[in-house]
Amino acid sequence: MITGEKFLTMCGAVLLFVAVVGVILFIASRFGGRRSDGPVAYLYLLPTLAMLALGLVYPGLRTIYQSFFDAAGTSFIGLDNYQTIFTTEDQITVLRNTVLWVVVTPFVATAVGLIYAILVDKARMEAFAKALIFLPMAISFVGAGIIWKFIYEFRPDQVGIKQIGLLNQLVVMAGGKPQQWLVNQPWNTLFLIVVMIWIQAGFAMTVLSAAIKAIPDDIVEAARLDGVGPFGMFRFITLPSIRPTLVVVLTTIGIGTLKVFDIVRTMTGGQFFTSVVANEFYSQSFRANNQGLGAALAVLLFILVIPIVVYNIRQLRASEAR
Amino acid sequence: MTTTSEPLTTTPPVVPTPASPARRARKALTSPLASLIAIVIAVLWTLPTFGLAISSFRPERQIKTTGWWTAFTDPQFTLDNYRSVLGIGENAASSSLSDYFVNSIVITIPSVLIPISLATLAAYAFAWMKFPGRNVLFVAVFALQIVPIQVTLIPLLRLYVDVGVAGTFWPLWLSHSIFALPLAIFLLHNFMREVPAGLLEAARVDGAGHVAIFFRVLLPLLTPALAAFGIFQFLWVWNDLLVALTFAGGGTDVAPITAALANLSGTRGTAWHLLSAGAFVSIIVPVLIFVAMQRYFVRGLLAGSVKG
Repeated sequence: MITGEKFLTMCGAVLLFVAVVGVILFIASRFGGRRSDGPVAYLYLLPTLAMLALGLVYPGLRTIYQSFFDAAGTSFIGLDNYQTIFTTEDQITVLRNTVLWVVVTPFVATAVGLIYAILVDKARMEAFAKALIFLPMAISFVGAGIIWKFIYEFRPDQVGIKQIGLLNQLVVMAGGKPQQWLVNQPWNTLFLIVVMIWIQAGFAMTVLSAAIKAIPDDIVEAARLDGVGPFGMFRFITLPSIRPTLVVVLTTIGIGTLKVFDIVRTMTGGQFFTSVVANEFYSQSFRANNQGLGAALAVLLFILVIPIVVYNIRQLRASEAR
Repeated sequence: MTTTSEPLTTTPPVVPTPASPARRARKALTSPLASLIAIVIAVLWTLPTFGLAISSFRPERQIKTTGWWTAFTDPQFTLDNYRSVLGIGENAASSSLSDYFVNSIVITIPSVLIPISLATLAAYAFAWMKFPGRNVLFVAVFALQIVPIQVTLIPLLRLYVDVGVAGTFWPLWLSHSIFALPLAIFLLHNFMREVPAGLLEAARVDGAGHVAIFFRVLLPLLTPALAAFGIFQFLWVWNDLLVALTFAGGGTDVAPITAALANLSGTRGTAWHLLSAGAFVSIIVPVLIFVAMQRYFVRGLLAGSVKG
C-alpha cells in the first residue's frame, strides 16, 4: 500500500466512527424529555458494550474452552495442558522465571522510585531531575530492549578486540573477563529484569512523589519540632502516610510485569532459559502451533492476575473506610 | 549566621544548645550523601539512552569495533545510519523503516480517537444517567480491566479472518480500542463524577437535553482528563508489540515500527548501526509527545494509579 492510501484509509475509519457517534447523539437529542434516561443511556453504551462483548468477553471464554483441547484444538484432553505447564521441565523454568520477575521487579522499582522521590523532593531543579527518571516510561519496551542489549553486548576476550558494551568494558577495566550477560543462566533473567526496573521506577517515583507531597505540612513540621531525624521521619511519618499508594504502585507494576513480553522477545527471544509465561504464550500459540498449551498459559496469566487485583481492591476499600 | 551567636558571648560559643549542632551535623552528613545517591540514580537512568544516542551518530565500522565512549576522545559522527534506516540516499537499507513509521502513525491515531469518543459516551451514561442495571454493568466493565489481552488474541484473530479484515489496519484499530475501553471508561467516569451535580441540574432546569449538557457543560471541563487519557493511550499503542505481531505480522503493509525493530533485533543482532538509529526514530515521537504534554500525562497516571 502507498503512504497516501494508508492515510486515506485512516481518515475513513475516523470519519466512520465520528458518524457513528453523531448518529447516536442525534437520536439521543430526539429523546429530549425529562424521563428518558433509560433508552438514551443504553444508546450511549451500545457500541461500547458490543465491542467489549465481542472483543473481551467472548474471546476470553473461548480461550478458557480452548485450553482443554490438544495442540490442533480438535480433541478434548481435559487438564493435560495445565499438567504440562506444571510438570515439564521447560515449563517449570518458565514458571520459575515468572515468579522471579514478579517478585523482584515491583519491589526494586518501587524502592528506587521511593528513594529518588524523597531525595529530590523540594530540591533545586526537581522537575528536571524527575524527568530524567521518568523518561524511560515514554520509550517502548522494544526500544528499551535494544538500548540495554547494547549495554550487555559481549566481545570475546582477545587481543585487538575492544568491548562495545558498557557493562563488559567496566568489567574489563576492573580486571575481569567479559561475560555473556544474556546467555549465562540463571543470571541472565536478572539482567532482563533490570530493564523492566529501569522502565518502571519512573512510574513509581511519580506516583509516590505525589503521595509524599500530599502529606500535610503541619504533621511534618510537628515531627521536626519533636526532634525527629530524617530516618525517623521516613519511618514514622512518610511510610505510614503513603502506605495505600505503595500498595497500588507495587500491584500495578506487578501486574504489568506478569504480562511482560516485549523485553524477553527483543533481547533473548525466550532462549537460554529466560522465557516467561507471557512470552511462552506467544511462542506456543504462534511459533510452536500448540494452541491448547498457549490457551492454557493465557488462562494461567489471567488466574495469576486475579489475586493481585483482589488484594489491591481490598486494600483500597480498607483505606477508604479508615 | 554570625549574628545569631552574639547573645551567647558569655558562654563558650562551641556548644549553644545540645540538639541543634547534632541535627546540623546529621544534615551535613546526609545531605551530600543524599545528593550523591540522587545523582548516581539519575546517571544510571540516563546513561543507557545517552549511549545509544551517541552510537546512532557514529560510523558503522566505529560502532562495531569500539565502545560509544570512544567518541569523546576520537569524535567521528555521521548521519549515514539515519539515512539508511529511513531509506534516504544511496546507502538505503533494503527494508526502510519509514514505511513502518507511517504505519505506526496510521495505527495510532484512530486507536486513540475511537476509544476516547466511545468511552466518553459510556462514562457519561454511567456517571449521570439512571437506568436499570447500571451498577451491574459498571462493575462488569470495571472487572474487564483485569483480562490480560493474551487471553483474547487467538479467538479475535479467528474472528478477523472470518470477517475478512485480516491483514488490514482494522484488526489493530479495533483491538487497541477494545483493550482501552475498560480503563478509559473507568477514568473518565471518575473525572465526570467530580463535576458538581448542581452544574448539570442547572443546565437541565434551563431545558438542556443530554446532548447539550454533554457538549456545553461537560466536555469543556473534561478536556484535561481526555488529554491525559489520550496521551496514555497514544504511548501505549505506539509502543505496543504484542498486538502488532499478532494481527499485523511483519510486512511493510500494516506492521508498526516496533515490530520492524523487533525483527531487526532478532535476525540481525549485529546490525548495531541500523538498530541504534532505528530505535531512536521509534523513540522520538513518544518522547516529544511526552515532553510536551508531561503535565497531563502525570495527571492521568495519578488518576490511573488509584484503580483496582
